[in-house]
Amino acid sequence: MEHAVEFKNITKRFGSVTANNAVNLYLDRGVIMSLLGENGSGKTTLMNMLAGIYFPDEGQIFVDGQPVTIASPKDAFDHGIGMIHQHFMLVDVFTAAENVALGLEDGKYDLKAVAEKVKEISDKYGFGIDPNKKVYDMSVSEKQTVEIIKVLYRGADILILDEPTAVLTPQETDNLFKIMRNMKADGKAIIIITHKLNEVMDVSDVVAVLRKGEHIATVRTNETTADALTEMMVGRAVKLNIDRLDPVNPQPRLTIAGLTCRDSEGVKKLDDVGFIAFGGEILGIAGIAGSGQKELLEAIAGLRHIDEGSIIYSPEGKNPEELVGKTPMEIKDAGVSLAFVPEDRLGMGLVGGMGMTENMMLRSWNKGKGIFVDRKEPEALAEEVYKFLEVVTPSIDYPVRKLSGGNVQKVLVGREIASSPSVLMSAYAVRGLDINTSYIIYNLMAGQKAKGVAVIFVGEDLDVLLQLCDKILVLCDGKVSGLVDARTTTKEEIGLLMTSVGGKE
Amino acid sequence: MNKKEPLIRLAKRENMNKNMVWLIRVAAFIFAIIIGGLIFFAADANPISAYATMIAGSLGKKSGIRQVVKTAIPLLGTAIALAPCFKMKYWNIGAEGQITMGAVGATLFALKLPKILPSAPLLILMGLSAIIFGAFWAVIPAFFKAKWGTNETLFTLMLNYIAIGIVGWLQGGPWEGKPGSQIIPNFDKKAVLPKIFGVHIGWIFVLLLVVFIYIYLNKTKHGYEVAVLGESENTARYAGMNVGKVTMRTAALSGAISGFVGYMIASGANQTLYAGVAGGVGFTAITVCWLAQLNPFVMILISVLLAILSKGASTLQTELAVPASISDIITGIILLSMLGCEFFINYKMIFRKSNKKEAE
Amino acid sequence: MGFNLIGLIKAAVLNGAPLLFGTSGEILTEKSGNMNLGVEGMMYMGGAFGLAGAFLYGNAMGDAANGFVAVIIALVCSFLAGAFGALIFSFLTISLRANQNVTGLALTIFGTGVGQFVGELMRIKVGGNVTVSNALKDAFANSIFPQAMQDIPIIGQLLFSYNPFVYLGLIMAVVMAWFLNKTRKGLYLRAVGENPATADSAGINIEKYKYIATIVGGGISAIGGMVYTMTIAGSVWNHSALSGEGWVAVALVIFCLWKPLNSLWGSVLFGGLLILYLRLPIAFIPTQIYKVVPYIATVVVLILVSLRQRKEDQPPAALGLAYFREER
Repeated sequence: MEHAVEFKNITKRFGSVTANNAVNLYLDRGVIMSLLGENGSGKTTLMNMLAGIYFPDEGQIFVDGQPVTIASPKDAFDHGIGMIHQHFMLVDVFTAAENVALGLEDGKYDLKAVAEKVKEISDKYGFGIDPNKKVYDMSVSEKQTVEIIKVLYRGADILILDEPTAVLTPQETDNLFKIMRNMKADGKAIIIITHKLNEVMDVSDVVAVLRKGEHIATVRTNETTADALTEMMVGRAVKLNIDRLDPVNPQPRLTIAGLTCRDSEGVKKLDDVGFIAFGGEILGIAGIAGSGQKELLEAIAGLRHIDEGSIIYSPEGKNPEELVGKTPMEIKDAGVSLAFVPEDRLGMGLVGGMGMTENMMLRSWNKGKGIFVDRKEPEALAEEVYKFLEVVTPSIDYPVRKLSGGNVQKVLVGREIASSPSVLMSAYAVRGLDINTSYIIYNLMAGQKAKGVAVIFVGEDLDVLLQLCDKILVLCDGKVSGLVDARTTTKEEIGLLMTSVGGKE
Repeated sequence: MNKKEPLIRLAKRENMNKNMVWLIRVAAFIFAIIIGGLIFFAADANPISAYATMIAGSLGKKSGIRQVVKTAIPLLGTAIALAPCFKMKYWNIGAEGQITMGAVGATLFALKLPKILPSAPLLILMGLSAIIFGAFWAVIPAFFKAKWGTNETLFTLMLNYIAIGIVGWLQGGPWEGKPGSQIIPNFDKKAVLPKIFGVHIGWIFVLLLVVFIYIYLNKTKHGYEVAVLGESENTARYAGMNVGKVTMRTAALSGAISGFVGYMIASGANQTLYAGVAGGVGFTAITVCWLAQLNPFVMILISVLLAILSKGASTLQTELAVPASISDIITGIILLSMLGCEFFINYKMIFRKSNKKEAE
Repeated sequence: MGFNLIGLIKAAVLNGAPLLFGTSGEILTEKSGNMNLGVEGMMYMGGAFGLAGAFLYGNAMGDAANGFVAVIIALVCSFLAGAFGALIFSFLTISLRANQNVTGLALTIFGTGVGQFVGELMRIKVGGNVTVSNALKDAFANSIFPQAMQDIPIIGQLLFSYNPFVYLGLIMAVVMAWFLNKTRKGLYLRAVGENPATADSAGINIEKYKYIATIVGGGISAIGGMVYTMTIAGSVWNHSALSGEGWVAVALVIFCLWKPLNSLWGSVLFGGLLILYLRLPIAFIPTQIYKVVPYIATVVVLILVSLRQRKEDQPPAALGLAYFREER
């Protein structure tokens, strides 16, 4: 029998970056394949070519043994290929049924019939979707459900799911996997993009591993182990060896109590959050994506309106100060140095269109009297970061947008550390970076801790949190679910805390 | 190989060499001139003699050159005014109204005060008043943008017509000269800008503004704030900038300069005020500013070019009986073709089966 | 003479008709995510070419000219003129990805230039006023209903006394509302304007929808210019008669919250406001203030919309943005 899908020598470049290099890969019907790889390994790019979003520079895609040209998503549909994107492809002001009807070309336009069939599919799998509900009224998991219904409605038999579980609760994830198994039994070919090993082992029949845009191997899940997969994924066996020194004379630096924030719709994003961050310690923050990590850091940095609560900052040798109610500028002016490495590097921490020098100025632009900006100091700093962190860039005035993710992150972290902070906050500081660069970042964090800085480190990889941090605060649904000692706790304990407040089932 | 690629694909171009960039722009300009020639042809005029007449009429004699400079002043001044807003990605298309309100501010003093004030303080007072009026008119939409995110493109657009309506009312009401004339009387001589080399002093002001805005955007803290905010509002907030304040301040600066342009038109060129005082300059300047890619020195070039076209066309009307509105057509074609050519600078087209070949 | 309410309503409807076309066309355009600020220019082109078409036809046929044919010719000429302007806009903004605001303004400069040029050229060639015969004028300005129906008290004047374009505009707006809300293509078009990436991934040809909507929309807007010239301006080319009409239409798009059915009453309201100073002069309110009321009303609506943040009332989410598939 012909393979459902086959990639032959597929290469895709973006400018000077090669996202996929001569990838050969195939998939059969009735099989769930995990596409495993680190961030930036080219998983999504590869699948986008199958879904018609990108077009390969070289190579050929075959569907059922026939060479095909997939120049647009429509071509993909015509070949029975449906992709559920990580970023939902939904029109906010449309209903579920209207979204499903988008792109359908079957006979008469009858929205009612579409709604009925959506209801049917929804009932069949227990999705519980109201076809006439507007998307802007839906929760994240409802939106994902609509995405899946969209693909099922079209009768797709090759399904691609791009990190579908990142936004789901454990129950929702289990339910999704159940559906995937049903579809497999139905003879469909399913690809799930993920970097979570437990999910790979749980749901898939075969695993294809990508590393730096290249296909490393495809193995049967029941013939491999998580360790072996990790090794393939990162290129060598990783013993996460992070030097963790014991904290020296930790003093409370930030004392947070009763912190509550609501978003513009009045939903609580942070609910009565309280903890103490000590100088000379790394406090890890764990939680499912969207549990309030981003909001917490933004609230401390003065970037978010705080409804209730207090944030007391106690600098060394000075009187404690209340930060709530201060603007980011006032927090800085008061002598509080909160270095903040946001998760959205180019959207928040850096200006993509500017060079390193001008990006260094983001911290210093307001320094000094007079109306002119000082360029000398930031230029010297840019040189320093460039040399010290080995940033790969044609010049320090080259727009940072055009640098690779790792270099962008070096610029950002380098700048924040250079401001000699007393509190250093970072969110997903290693997202999208290769292992080596990640280690540079970890070591920088550890170095700051040794200097007596209170480090707050929001991470997604529990192994890293366990080995880098001194304490781990677990957030669940905007609440503090638990605070554990990183030296004694286990992944299982943290996992439990992530999914239910206090770890109770 | 039976692979079927789409006929044309697009890819972002990284950096094109400078000569090529200018070659493309010059080609676009020549293209526009040729299309313009076809229109002359359609209107039964010989294109070559038509263009020759235009150049002779605008650059061939002193009075022509003066007229060109006079036309270029408000265009350049307004393009400069808009540069900070556009750098901030704040779509102020309300320069027309801000010019008009500036002219109103200047006229306020021009009509009432000549009896008691000597010329110099009067002119200064008029200028300041114009700046305040223009800035105020620009701050209104910026305030709503900062506070509630109200769409500034549409808001500033509406304010243009409200400003023009206000002048219409002044013309027929409080400031009317002869009752029933609907005309505001000419300014007293004291309220008219002095001339240098036969053109009102505004041209010196505008050139100073070119230098000022260049320094403002590239060397000052304000300029840096504008640049960061233009790239990303989140980054600006992250860097401790007060987004609302910067938005309003920048809009105010823009409005102030536009208002000052209104003052130069009313006091220097027209020596009176009427509803059409801005005469579309506010709109044309937007395209000038954009085509110059916010570079104030390039704006000089483009605004002088458009002024030559406009003066040349009025000569055409008298000498060849071709309607002067041909200048709007040719201006439009030049603008459209220059806008279009940027595509070939920023993107490359990849044709099927010839991966490396680039279309110019 | 006392105040005549029926007369005011009638005048409002007549003055609203050009706006109805101008606005409906721009609504269709903006629903595709294109903000074409060239409405003013396209209406000028429509006015000039519409008049030119009827004029040349009238000249060629002399007394044999048929009013109905003249109307059709004017409609087609104005539509094509506007569609041509919109085609330039589409090519630049969709294919060449030029900035929409700037391109729209350049189109306004170009279009008003073309309109005035054509108008003046005809005036120079004719050596006087460019106008059509009275018989043709009547075909444009008179009611399509028999006199008996117009003579019905009140209703006759209110419902049956208008020129053909009023009814055409009414039908067009209703058809457009039906198209946008009840048909598959309408759904697709709205998706393109709201979220092009989503529409693209659903296999909808974004460029095709944008081109068609913008070109048809431009043509419809341009008909408004022709209607103004042939009815309100009395079928005579006047250098600045159309001035500002296109911008009122753009304002009305916002005022109507991008809904064609709202433009039915919105155009009558704005049309009424534009002539209210003639019909209902109030001593202490200067006439110019009447004229800015439509703009002030639009500003108020704009502010209210941004305050209330009701999803259904917002402009199409991708309005004014270029879309490049490999760039998201």
